[in-house]
Amino acid sequence: MLFLIPEYVFNKIERENVRKMRRTVRNKIVKIIRNIRNRKIISNSETDQRQYVSTYSLFFNILRKDKFALVGICIIIFFLSVGILGEKIAPFSPQQINRDEQGKILTLSPPTLKHPFGTTNMGRDVLSMTIVGTRVALVVGIIAAFSVTIIGTTFGLLSGYYGGWIDLIIMRVVDILYGIPLMPSVLVLIALLGANIWNFIIVVTLIAWRGTARIIRSQVLSLRERPFVKAAKVTGASDKRILFIHILPNVIPLVFLQMTLTIAWVIITEASISFIGFGDPQAISWGQVLHMAFLTGSARVAWWWIIPPGFAIMSLCLGIYFFSRTFEAVVNPRLREL
Amino acid sequence: MLRYVTNRIMQMAISLFVVITVVYFLFRIIPGDPTSAYIDAGFTVEARQMVIERFGLDKPLNIQYWQYMKNIFRGDFGNSFYYRLPASEVVGDKIINTLILMVPAYLLAYIFGSLAGAFLSRKRGTKTENITTAIVLALRSAPVFWTGMLGIMLFSYRLGWLPNSGMRTPGYIEGSLFLSKFVNLDFLRHLTLPLLILSLNAIAIPLLLMRNTMIETFGEDYIDFCRAKGLPEWQILLKHNCRNALLPVITSAALAIGTAIGGQIIIEYIFGWPGLGREIVYATQRSDYPVAQFGLLLLAGSVMIMNLIADIFYAFLDPRIRIQ
Repeated sequence: MLFLIPEYVFNKIERENVRKMRRTVRNKIVKIIRNIRNRKIISNSETDQRQYVSTYSLFFNILRKDKFALVGICIIIFFLSVGILGEKIAPFSPQQINRDEQGKILTLSPPTLKHPFGTTNMGRDVLSMTIVGTRVALVVGIIAAFSVTIIGTTFGLLSGYYGGWIDLIIMRVVDILYGIPLMPSVLVLIALLGANIWNFIIVVTLIAWRGTARIIRSQVLSLRERPFVKAAKVTGASDKRILFIHILPNVIPLVFLQMTLTIAWVIITEASISFIGFGDPQAISWGQVLHMAFLTGSARVAWWWIIPPGFAIMSLCLGIYFFSRTFEAVVNPRLREL
Repeated sequence: MLRYVTNRIMQMAISLFVVITVVYFLFRIIPGDPTSAYIDAGFTVEARQMVIERFGLDKPLNIQYWQYMKNIFRGDFGNSFYYRLPASEVVGDKIINTLILMVPAYLLAYIFGSLAGAFLSRKRGTKTENITTAIVLALRSAPVFWTGMLGIMLFSYRLGWLPNSGMRTPGYIEGSLFLSKFVNLDFLRHLTLPLLILSLNAIAIPLLLMRNTMIETFGEDYIDFCRAKGLPEWQILLKHNCRNALLPVITSAALAIGTAIGGQIIIEYIFGWPGLGREIVYATQRSDYPVAQFGLLLLAGSVMIMNLIADIFYAFLDPRIRIQ
């Protein structure tokens, strides 16, 4: 019967069959890749006992076991709520000049029941200033770290995945940025552009994305050679699809680790810049409270003015570092407690 | 190896050129012209014009830029508005003061940090590890200016053991020789507090890095091989584990010293240490742009040179890098 069919029709049928076969094979491979992608190898190849656990349950498992991380989360939640409530829970307005019963200004009053952290040389309440200062630290830290991470991750992904001249250009820019001393440049740029929070965020973002980009790039370089990426390429997945669906989910824990570390770092940098006297004059921040204490020479007597804001910076950053240990353990299997 | 090194030096030269250019244009986007810091409000229009012409600010920007690059190659970085001296002269003396504080502080932090890190890697999951990690992270989270202020408050004001500011007691007659300048009791007393505060803040990085790399190398095959060979445990730890774990620590040390030269402006500011960082802070506060500009370039140069040294050192120790 076969010879009754004209040749061109036969060709058409054959092509159709081949197409069908290809489609089924491709669907099968896609399914396999999807399965690989949804799970993550947790034990390294040396230990030969491969277990498949999703990244999220891994994250929560580590979080549950690590007491440090739990403490960190509590500290972060505490500061977040203080930052959100701000003026509402501060006993006095931070700018208010407090007076005693006789109407005299309370200059450098040591801690009392009414002013638990004492007052400044202008009679301002240190506790209220510390509470209100939380918001600036959090806003600057989170926004700057977020933009640093987004820019750094994007360039790191592009640079690591495409290689070639894209990689060359991005990495040269990163190298140049690495040659720039950070604190002095931020200081000089802030002085030139004008001291306010937004300029600070812009300047920090422009310089600090270098670190994230370099770290994400090196991770992508090793991911690019993994079998699941190669399999995706064989089935004809587009670059965009491979980058965002296959590679990005695998660098997410590293991205989060970088982001938490950047938040802590930005908070300390902001406080340092404000401490030197280039903080936003409109906002009350922890660095600025200390700047005033240092400038007026009150460090000689007023320990109550100095300890609270610095302690706030320290404990917030400590909480963030504790929390970041969880991401570190997700990223680096060997650091996990056995 | 030689090709790698020349490649890296070429890269550095290009980076330096870009930084110089960027810094130049940065200082030209200042609102108002650069003379506003120099000229008093009482100047007449003619006097103002004279100053502008003397600085060559009436010429087009590209000619100014060319002039600036030529001057930099001649080693002329302009005159300080404040001191009325060449900027290089103002800043030049300060570098040695910065180095004499930074290098010992970081050496101290890295030596003790890596030792403690190696020790800690063997104490996984114990109370010692938890407590040490918490303390070290707390030291890292505490801003230097705050711990510095607390240190001054305690040791200078309350106890009166150490001076609170400066590098020497005012009026102290210093010898002209390097040794007599820096090795004497007065100087060491001034050095102690900033040195301690700085190393305590810096110790977290080498400690945690050493701990992590020790744990990582501990899982390598060659360690298992050493065990199988029956080597004593301390020998494996020192000869095979530590040596390999030290690599990233050493690189990070070179980078840290590079950034510390410029990065630690805060500690100099709070302790009144007459170093490069404090000079940059003062220059920015006084709008003394030539000094700030030169300080920034100098720092960029030193960071780049330290990065170069770190890279070459790393390539020397790890052949995989230079073959790429």
